[in-house]
Amino acid sequence: MTKFVDLHLCAPLKDAEQFRKMVTKSFELGYRLVGIPFPPNIELIEVERLCKICGEVGLDLVSRIDLTPKSPHELLASLRRLRRKFEVVSVLCMSKPVARQAAKDRRVDVLSFPVAKPRNRFFDSAEAELASESSSSLEIDVAPLLSLEGFLRIRLISSLRREVAIAKSFRVPIVISSGTTNDSLLRNPHDYSALALLFDMNPSLALSALSEAPLCIVERNRLKLSPDFVAPGLRVVRRRDP
Amino acid sequence: MIRRVKQRYLVLKIESAEPLEEEDLRDAVWSALIKLFGEYGASRASLFLVQYDGERKEAVLRCSHKALEMVHASIASVTKIGEKPVAMQVLRISGTLRALKKKARN
Repeated sequence: MTKFVDLHLCAPLKDAEQFRKMVTKSFELGYRLVGIPFPPNIELIEVERLCKICGEVGLDLVSRIDLTPKSPHELLASLRRLRRKFEVVSVLCMSKPVARQAAKDRRVDVLSFPVAKPRNRFFDSAEAELASESSSSLEIDVAPLLSLEGFLRIRLISSLRREVAIAKSFRVPIVISSGTTNDSLLRNPHDYSALALLFDMNPSLALSALSEAPLCIVERNRLKLSPDFVAPGLRVVRRRDP
Repeated sequence: MIRRVKQRYLVLKIESAEPLEEEDLRDAVWSALIKLFGEYGASRASLFLVQYDGERKEAVLRCSHKALEMVHASIASVTKIGEKPVAMQVLRISGTLRALKKKARN
């Protein structure tokens, strides 16, 4: 059975009741793994508490950090500090130098671009080539597609169509996520795959962007973060008794 | 020989805090379809509301099988009806009403 993943569920961390409501709805819609963005200074106890709630619901929680650096230096500093604390690292690219640095850095899992400013969507062929070499993915949040109307939505769909075409030609993995803070904007994976038709993604590619692509990121990073990991292809199988 | 137009039936689950009229639902799906795909796209959908159960908040829609993906995307894009926040999910899709009812029983 396909395991669906919502890698960007912006559930409120402070409000336990609303958090439980959102993760329960995610489970009911068919997701089995959710990525929740945490602030950089989150306490381990807090993460464990949220993991417990997700576990009770039947979901696997993935810790995620959304970085919004202003410069490449700030991005590198944040990555050095935070990479090993979170399972998924996403970078919202607000400028071209940041986008280029994020695309070529292997520590960045997911690239996302601002919705409100189409001119700041720097996912062009150069960016895609770098992302493809460093195995970063392009993330598409569906919530803005549902909440925007008129000219803004037309511009967003047009940008997404162009970006998907570039990502396909450079074999950059695409991840489709909800990206919502509001549970009424959550939809099931098949609804998202139908909406992906708007930016020319066929249903099989869209379903893979909701299952295999995000699952691959999570599995790869969990393996890297495990204490047995030494290097790619090399891990500790057994330790000598002290 | 003219080929028979194939249809698809979709069962929808409507999530809304307030009760909805059948007409509101029909208008919402039509206007979402027109907004996303224009009048030309909507004209190819052959959309028809077969039944609506206000108590169970479920509806059955029929559309042309060629326009299934368009109709599905339009349904998923509905976020409000009037000022009421609404979410719609497609639960099942089938080629005949009989198969749809059989799937529902299982």
